[in-house]
Amino acid sequence: MFLKEIPGAMAPLSADQMTAMEAFVKGLDPMQQAWVSGYMAATARGASPVLPVAAEPATLTVLYGSQTGNAKHVATEVAEAAKARGLNAALVNMADYKPARLKDETHVAIVVSTYGEGEPPESAQKLYDFLASRKAPKLASTRIAVMGLGDTSYAQFCQTAVDFEERLVALGATVAVERVLLDVDYEEHTAAWVTGALDTLASTMETAAPAPNVVPLVASQATYSKKSPFEAEVLTVQKITGRDSTKDVRHIEFSLEGSGLTYKPGDALGVYFENDPAEVDAVLERLGLADTALRKALIEDYELTQSYPGFVTAYAEATGNAELAALAEDKAALRAYLEPRQIYDILHEHPAEIDAPTLTSCLRTMQPRLYSIASSQADVEDEVHLTLAVVAYEAHGRDHLGGASGHLGCRIEPGQRVRIYVEENEGFRLPAADVPVIMIGPGTGIAPFRAFLQEREATGATGENWLFFGNPHFTQDFLYQTEFMGWLKDGLLTRFDVAFSRDQAEKIYVQDRIRERGAEIVDWLARGAHLYVCGDAARMARDVHAALAEVLREAGEDAEAFLGALRDAGRYQRDVY
Amino acid sequence: MRDNPDTPLIVEGPLADNERMKAQSDYLRGTIAEDLQDPLTGGFTPDNFQLIRFHGMYQQDDRDLRAERAAQKLEPLHNVMLRARMPGGIITPQQWLTIERFAEEHTMYGSVRLTTRQTFQFHGVLKPHIKDMHKVIASAGIDSIATAGDVNRNVLCTTNPVESELHAEAYEWSKRISEHLLPNTRAYAEIWLDGKKQKTTEEPILGETYLPRKFKTTVSIPPNNEVDIHANDLNFVAIAEGGKLIGWNVLVGGGLAMTHGDAGTYPRKADDFGFIPFEHTLAVAEHVVSVQRDWGNRVDRKNAKTKYTLDRVGTETFKAEVEKRAGVTFAPSRPYEFTSRGDRFGWVEGVDGRHHLTLYILSGRIKDLPQAKLKTGLRKIAEHLRRDPVASFRMTANQNLIIAGVAPEDRAEIEALAREHGLMSDLDTPQLRHSMACVALPTCPLAMAEAERFLPELVAGVDAILARHGLADDPIVLRVVGCPNGCGRAMLAEAGLVGKGPGTYNLYLGGNRVGTRIPKLHLENKDAATILAELDRLIGLWSVERIGTEGFGDFVIRAGIVAEVKVSKTDFDA
Ligand code: SRM
Ligand SMILES: Cc1cc2nc3c(=O)[nH]c(=O)nc-3n(C[C@H](O)[C@H](O)[C@H](O)COP(=O)(O)OP(=O)(O)OC[C@H]3O[C@@H](n4cnc5c(N)ncnc54)[C@H](O)[C@@H]3O)c2cc1C
Ligand SMILES: Cc1cc2nc3c(=O)[nH]c(=O)nc-3n(C[C@H](O)[C@H](O)[C@H](O)COP(=O)(O)O)c2cc1C
Ligand code: SF4
Repeated sequence: MFLKEIPGAMAPLSADQMTAMEAFVKGLDPMQQAWVSGYMAATARGASPVLPVAAEPATLTVLYGSQTGNAKHVATEVAEAAKARGLNAALVNMADYKPARLKDETHVAIVVSTYGEGEPPESAQKLYDFLASRKAPKLASTRIAVMGLGDTSYAQFCQTAVDFEERLVALGATVAVERVLLDVDYEEHTAAWVTGALDTLASTMETAAPAPNVVPLVASQATYSKKSPFEAEVLTVQKITGRDSTKDVRHIEFSLEGSGLTYKPGDALGVYFENDPAEVDAVLERLGLADTALRKALIEDYELTQSYPGFVTAYAEATGNAELAALAEDKAALRAYLEPRQIYDILHEHPAEIDAPTLTSCLRTMQPRLYSIASSQADVEDEVHLTLAVVAYEAHGRDHLGGASGHLGCRIEPGQRVRIYVEENEGFRLPAADVPVIMIGPGTGIAPFRAFLQEREATGATGENWLFFGNPHFTQDFLYQTEFMGWLKDGLLTRFDVAFSRDQAEKIYVQDRIRERGAEIVDWLARGAHLYVCGDAARMARDVHAALAEVLREAGEDAEAFLGALRDAGRYQRDVY
Repeated sequence: MRDNPDTPLIVEGPLADNERMKAQSDYLRGTIAEDLQDPLTGGFTPDNFQLIRFHGMYQQDDRDLRAERAAQKLEPLHNVMLRARMPGGIITPQQWLTIERFAEEHTMYGSVRLTTRQTFQFHGVLKPHIKDMHKVIASAGIDSIATAGDVNRNVLCTTNPVESELHAEAYEWSKRISEHLLPNTRAYAEIWLDGKKQKTTEEPILGETYLPRKFKTTVSIPPNNEVDIHANDLNFVAIAEGGKLIGWNVLVGGGLAMTHGDAGTYPRKADDFGFIPFEHTLAVAEHVVSVQRDWGNRVDRKNAKTKYTLDRVGTETFKAEVEKRAGVTFAPSRPYEFTSRGDRFGWVEGVDGRHHLTLYILSGRIKDLPQAKLKTGLRKIAEHLRRDPVASFRMTANQNLIIAGVAPEDRAEIEALAREHGLMSDLDTPQLRHSMACVALPTCPLAMAEAERFLPELVAGVDAILARHGLADDPIVLRVVGCPNGCGRAMLAEAGLVGKGPGTYNLYLGGNRVGTRIPKLHLENKDAATILAELDRLIGLWSVERIGTEGFGDFVIRAGIVAEVKVSKTDFDA
């Protein structure tokens, strides 16, 4: 990635050397890149490359299972903190980890998030299944430390982390460090745990020779990131559902000019937002607070739309509210209470005497939201486009808007700025240019496939492209109809199947179209096609998977094995939310 | 002997693309059936866009939403307009109930739109509902064959309810002529009604590539010219002796369409070929069509209509060819007189003791409006008359509706229902009842300016002027059309507005009340305010200088405000 920032003219390498270099470097994770740069620096000084021969020190393998990058960021912190202490650490994505190596591991740190209904993220699925399979080895001499990342507004909080620890223990591993399960505001709590964990782990690891003082060739971390987002100018906010649609989907374009930010099709854009000032004022009035500093903080820094158990417990205690306190005790009742309510609703229903610091102490810090990028820089250059569904619903006699989607979709105007960053998604990438792809993206799930087609068009990719799209009504919800029809006409889009669920008496979804086209899908897969699914995780992804399995069974395949193999070979990729 | 020996009977040159499309269509089938299965667009391919017209449909979209949807990256809201085939405009109460329910449930606008050619249209039928629509109207014995496209269109017949025997006889002829000139192809039943595929081998009358352009036919009973014969290619004007119909004067070559700035196009009255007795009706009809089929201009569609064929080859040459082919000789035209063109509003008792109620329907648009539940009212009237075989609804060529053949004992109930639902309103001024507009926006793809949605404002303006000059009860035949195609027959009005651009019109003056004179251009490309100011000035003059009950159209010619158009080809653009 960093090679792109060195202007061609300055690099002393020929074009071929440059491509070869880039191809080699691209495969390395940050730690390996650092090691290579050290090696290069040493050889540059004419000294023969004497590798510091270290006694066989114990290695801490830091395994991460991440879908939207949080676990990956934390795992990277763990590995770097370990190396800074002179420990030998290997940071590995679970998707890339060879399970066979497990039996040789002495120290393993796991950072893993949870998705769907308490299921592992895509990248962790292979290892997760391996641990429960008969092939899993005995791990008597392995010491583990597990961190789970999750969201307390979900029923099965950090379930995957719990499962990983239980399965490792069942194989004989020793829990060296007590497990920690963190909510969406994990950033404030990781440092303490990491330090504690490394202290414990280090005590049973011989320290390796201190790592050579390396001048990293790697440019400092990209100037803009989740911690220091770029203030991007909003270019366009355009509703792309018809006036009679039941949905409000917006095509949003940001300018990346001057940021140097780059992204690939399949990446997501992290977006910070501001809460609705009108809602904040209403709440402040309800609570009899008129503190402008608090107002600014509530608008810019705190989560007020997503409700979660922690708030009820804290607020009940802070305000001595017996009813809420009782509710907080009953998990199921609390979940049912929270499901349709935002924090605003809870405050409106249970106003109380509370001062600013106490109130904010009950609140989680605002988390950025992620949106699958709907454009390719090969086409739009220094712009980034999103396909955003405005979360809007009526409950308790009041209209509710989602935090980010309300801000982006309804409150900001072109010309204003929004803090954004790129969240790489290595698990959702186009294959080589001549490889056929089958893209299944109902609703806003179509976003990354617009990026894919823009990329393939701009780069003259010859691979066939097949898109499945679905939404409620043909006349109102056919997202990007004119663009995709243009690509169909030009031949870039080879096949285009659509399902408009509410245009006829019986509901028809993309999975029904998949069953209808079963034979052709199997044929495309036989010809090496890559399969992509993007959009709603809760129902769509599961139903589509079932439909694909059915199609494969009809073709005489062992469906789950086939799909598992496809996934492990990176030919079945999902970006579901 | 030929009138214009130097001009060719058949225009040579590269044929208009429509001819290729018709020739390749396997008798109007094209690839319509495949298009119906394409779920990615609500529209049809360019060729099918033309072919579905032969089946009585036009592809349209809501032009109010076009820009908005383009910004939303959505294709225009494609749909089809259906125009039913209702010769003579007669529809039974039971048929009415069937179609008005379909309009309610499966069209975007929920309206039944009466047209200037005595039939009704549905607007806004989405592609998935098209076949259901044809099956529903077929269940009521209605089809939409050849109500559009290069064929003989809906045949008009005076709805004059009083002389019911004369009307009944004329009505039968209008049905027979319509059936006789229908396409032979079974494409309609095959595609829309899932009929068996039958090999169509020939089109005896209309020809392998059908006619060069649309062809319009009327049957009328003087003294009423409600059907506006001079807008039509072929007219049978009934001649009666001793209260019995004996035959027709045949007038050929009327048509109103033109193109702004193209002197080669002009509205033209029909020429009187002469009298024929009844038995030659179908032969004459068939051969006026066959001569136009053979001699009409297939190179330039703007010059293809019968009116231009007559002006090119000469009326006498055309007439002689018809006589030769039909084995008929036109006798001298019999005297007849048109005294009116409007509808006879309110109740009229027929000779058969039945009662007929003519209702004014603003622009023929039947839907429930906030201030008047027109559609519900007609549904209740239809339910009331359903079991009376004599009762029927008649759609007039002025976009109005007659509740015909009402038994005396039903009269009071029908009137009560009509009044209760705003179908009979004493607020309708005489001027409103003599004003007409074409559909134009938002559904007509060719509209340059508003018409139907502009009519109330225009009529209010003219009403105010008439009142100011004490002429409230002397209405003008006032018509507005959204473009020079002239569907609201502005080019047979005393004062006709023809759309030029958004909010601007050309003003034509000098037609007469009975529709036997073409008006002339007076103002070009002006907005409503300017046009109303000019009408105010002229109506002022008229109120002072008019002789007796002289009509406004006659006055503006006598006063030299506009020159009379006697022969369109030379006078219209002079
Ligand atoms: C509905 C109606 C106007 C109304 O308010 O009632 C109408 C509506 C249209 N006419 Fe017409 N014409 C209608 C009577 C007329 C008349 C008057 C008449 O026939 O008495 C004329 C002038 C007489 C004549 O034909 O010269 C007329 C001359 C045209 C033309 C010009 C034809 C020509 O000779 O060039 C077009 C355009 C074309 O056909 O290319 C046209 C085309 C159209 C279309 C279908 C627009 C199109 O081609 O896409 C309009 C559909 C508007 C809509 O959304 O409904 N319409 N059209 C009338 C339906 C008649 C019927 O039921 O068959
Ligand atoms: C990798 C990834 C990619 C994504 N890509 C996209 C994308 O391309 N386009 C897109 O639109 N979104 C996408 N999302 C979802 C997006 O990140 C946000 O979750 C979504 O926009 C809602 O955020 P918000 O702040 O507007 O709503 P929040 O303020 O977070 O409120 C959402 C919450 O409101 C509640 N809620 C929602 N609807 C109702 C209802 N009807 N009744 C009761 N409660 C309800 C639910 O509890 C929900 O969790 C993606 C998510 C991920 C993780
Ligand atoms: C679609 C979806 C489903 C989720 N399901 C759960 C869940 O069941 N339990 C939970 O604790 N967290 C759940 N989460 C929250 C994520 O685990 C949390 O955002 C985590 O920080 C993501 O880490 P990652 O970026 O490494 O994937 C879900 C998040 C999304 C977007
Ligand atoms: S006159 Fe023109 S605008 Fe009016 S309906 Fe006919 S074609 Fe459309």
